[in-house]
Amino acid sequence: MLRYVLRRLLGALPTLLVIVTVAFFLIRVAPGGPFNLERPLPPQIMENLLAYYQLDQPLWRQYFNYIGGLLTGDLGPSYVYRDFTVDQLLRQGLPVSIQLGGTALLLAIGVGTALGTFAALRQNRAGDVGVMTVAMVGITIPNFVMAPVLTLIFAIWLGWLPAGGWGEGALINKLLPVFTLALPQIAVIARLTRGSMIEVLRADHVRTARANGLPPRVVTLRALRGALLPVVSYLGPAAAALLTGSVVIETIFGIPGIGRYFVQGALNRDYTLVMGTVVTIALFIVVFNLLVDLLYAVLDPKVRYD
Amino acid sequence: MTGPILEVHDLHVRFQTPDGEVHAVRGVDLEVAKGETIAVVGESGSGKSQIMLSVMGLLASNGRATGSVRFDGNELIGLSPKALNRYRGVRLAMIFQEPMTSLDPLQRIETQIGDPLVFHQGMSRAAARTRVLELLELVGIPRAKDRLTAYPHELSGGQRQRVMIAMALANRPDVLIADEPTTALDVTIQAQILQLLRDLQQRLGMAIVFITHDLGIVRHVADRVYVMQGGEVREHGRVREIFEHPRHAYTKLLLSAEPEGTKRPPPPGAPMLLEAKQVEVVFELPKGLLGRSKEAIRAVDDVSLSLREGQTVGVVGESGSGKSTLGRAMLRLLPAAGRIAYLGRDLTDLDQETLRPLRRELQVVFQDPFGSLSPRLTVGEIVGEGLRVHEAALGAAERDRRVVEALNEVQLEPRFMRRFPHEFSGGQRQRIAIARALVLRPRFVLLDEPTSALDRTIQKQIVELLRALQQQHKLTYLFISHDLAVVRAMADTVMVMQNGKVVEQGPTQRIFEEPQEDYTRALLAAALDLIPVNAAATAS
Repeated sequence: MLRYVLRRLLGALPTLLVIVTVAFFLIRVAPGGPFNLERPLPPQIMENLLAYYQLDQPLWRQYFNYIGGLLTGDLGPSYVYRDFTVDQLLRQGLPVSIQLGGTALLLAIGVGTALGTFAALRQNRAGDVGVMTVAMVGITIPNFVMAPVLTLIFAIWLGWLPAGGWGEGALINKLLPVFTLALPQIAVIARLTRGSMIEVLRADHVRTARANGLPPRVVTLRALRGALLPVVSYLGPAAAALLTGSVVIETIFGIPGIGRYFVQGALNRDYTLVMGTVVTIALFIVVFNLLVDLLYAVLDPKVRYD
Repeated sequence: MTGPILEVHDLHVRFQTPDGEVHAVRGVDLEVAKGETIAVVGESGSGKSQIMLSVMGLLASNGRATGSVRFDGNELIGLSPKALNRYRGVRLAMIFQEPMTSLDPLQRIETQIGDPLVFHQGMSRAAARTRVLELLELVGIPRAKDRLTAYPHELSGGQRQRVMIAMALANRPDVLIADEPTTALDVTIQAQILQLLRDLQQRLGMAIVFITHDLGIVRHVADRVYVMQGGEVREHGRVREIFEHPRHAYTKLLLSAEPEGTKRPPPPGAPMLLEAKQVEVVFELPKGLLGRSKEAIRAVDDVSLSLREGQTVGVVGESGSGKSTLGRAMLRLLPAAGRIAYLGRDLTDLDQETLRPLRRELQVVFQDPFGSLSPRLTVGEIVGEGLRVHEAALGAAERDRRVVEALNEVQLEPRFMRRFPHEFSGGQRQRIAIARALVLRPRFVLLDEPTSALDRTIQKQIVELLRALQQQHKLTYLFISHDLAVVRAMADTVMVMQNGKVVEQGPTQRIFEEPQEDYTRALLAAALDLIPVNAAATAS
């Protein structure tokens, strides 16, 4: 098992290198640079800046410098947030994004599987149709519509919740962003759970359990364990996406996570900041896919890694 | 003997489907006395399983049962699942056909067998363990203690069926319903499971209801039999009477459904068509995560065989014996060592490109008439597809003419050309698959269990069709089957395989009448014991 984990992590290194390389050169292909402002800087100052950040060197040397820094854990200075290194920015933003995304993820798993199971047990009846309609709405309404609408209702009209801000992570500040972030995931998980649950409930071994006269509650729980396998494989990428911050949610609710850095960094050609977020997200995806595979082995005895 | 323990009266089962109502069971009456064994026999679609699923309250959600099912005097129809659970798994138990899928793949054996004890008797898991151990020993699972923590995928098919039986017997039921309990198993395992059920019945005194399509089993185990067709009971009575003096035409048909006759031998001096020497197929197991392990399975080990024109060689063996792999290797459908020659031409070193023109003459018909026809093509397209590849010069009209000709040969109506495979029964699909092979006018046809998925009466028709076609077109067959009765009716010579090796080969008659090897004898004993033609002949 340990060997498997190590092998997977080692195997991810080439993948990460490819991602870093492609991202590095892609952002450089984009026209402009970090210091191209609306009012052009005097040539002398520009030259000094480029020299200071070693951006005047040939691209291949910059690339190897960056890789060298990466190996020692140095993500470089931000070109736009001048007083910060990328490392510092991520250190501040990442815990916030993880808290937000993690809570949303847990909420989505709990509510999503419960709703999916509920619907599957009432296939094609009113309860099922109701849940699936709501799920469809959850998937189709984009969060940049859902967020303002919920803000309008709960913050402006009812005045129960704050309209934005992180409030040092106070619970009341988290409710709206967490719920908005979780809603489409709840919908997707509910649909996935329903689909695979309906299939498992028709399986021969569920018929055996019923023939043995097991209580319906036990039959359902046993079936759910098998039905969760497809859901689990969806959770890997979903978790990585949620935990590394949502641009829209963080912007609308004014939350200091790392999601916005990605967009701002890209728009400002803040090369190192973009690279830093890319590396972070890639790492999360690798780790979460590994976790999903390990979770698979826990759920399904046929899967063994040794 | 007091009244019957299980009494079915005027039972109807109806399914609501998008195409309208399907009336699957039409007014069935049936009784089971205490300690008695009855069999409900019929072909697929006769409604035999639906009766017992109604008894157990396990009908599919679009199905509804009306009428009366009384168990020990209590009406079961209309009971809620909760109320039914006073009987299910306690006094009424059921085992199913598919031992591979009928156990929960995610739960340990101990948990699954213990479930009926825990949920009905309120035993603790620890207390249940002792009883589970007893049950495992009762059903003859070796090293029962080590098996407690096993998962279903770690057991063989026969062992899984034993586990199913152990589970069903946990609470000592009064009635055990067995729905095709041995159909998915090899013959030697089949015989063991039937023997086990008979022993257990004598020890525990329960009644058994067998649902089966296999008259051999009925003859072998049951006291009384109900013959079903089209949702109705055609005839019922004591097994001996029914077998010796069947009154209903359908019963007679079923009893004569065993493939009959033998194949006429090929003309002497027929040319050698396909010859294989020392064929060997090795599958390497990718094991270990860093290093490659050298573990390998010899699926086919040093097998030689030769087929003359017009000859049929039957290859028999149980699952995993390598018989299908051998067939595929003969056609170079998978890589193999050894020499394979077609009409004296060595196929071994030809690449797939040079092999392609030869493929026209070397055709295959597979077992699964459901999986081997593309559901998105019409019958005409399926049958004509080979012509597009091998005789690309043909015009559409000429191609259609050839397709019609092939369909006629397999006794299907030409108007079926525009239909899709799902509209056909298993037997009809197998005819389509045969037409697909025939349309190219092959010289050799590999028949890989072509009748195994079919009912006996249909099997007989397909066997007769294949024999007639062979005669007409001087076809050469390699006939792979686990079904000895079918092989006897089809083959000139028989090759018995076990674990990739040839155990014995020779003329069909000699193999069946004077087998030399123990394994062949065991195989024949297990299978022929269950074949009704023999049994009926010796019954008087």
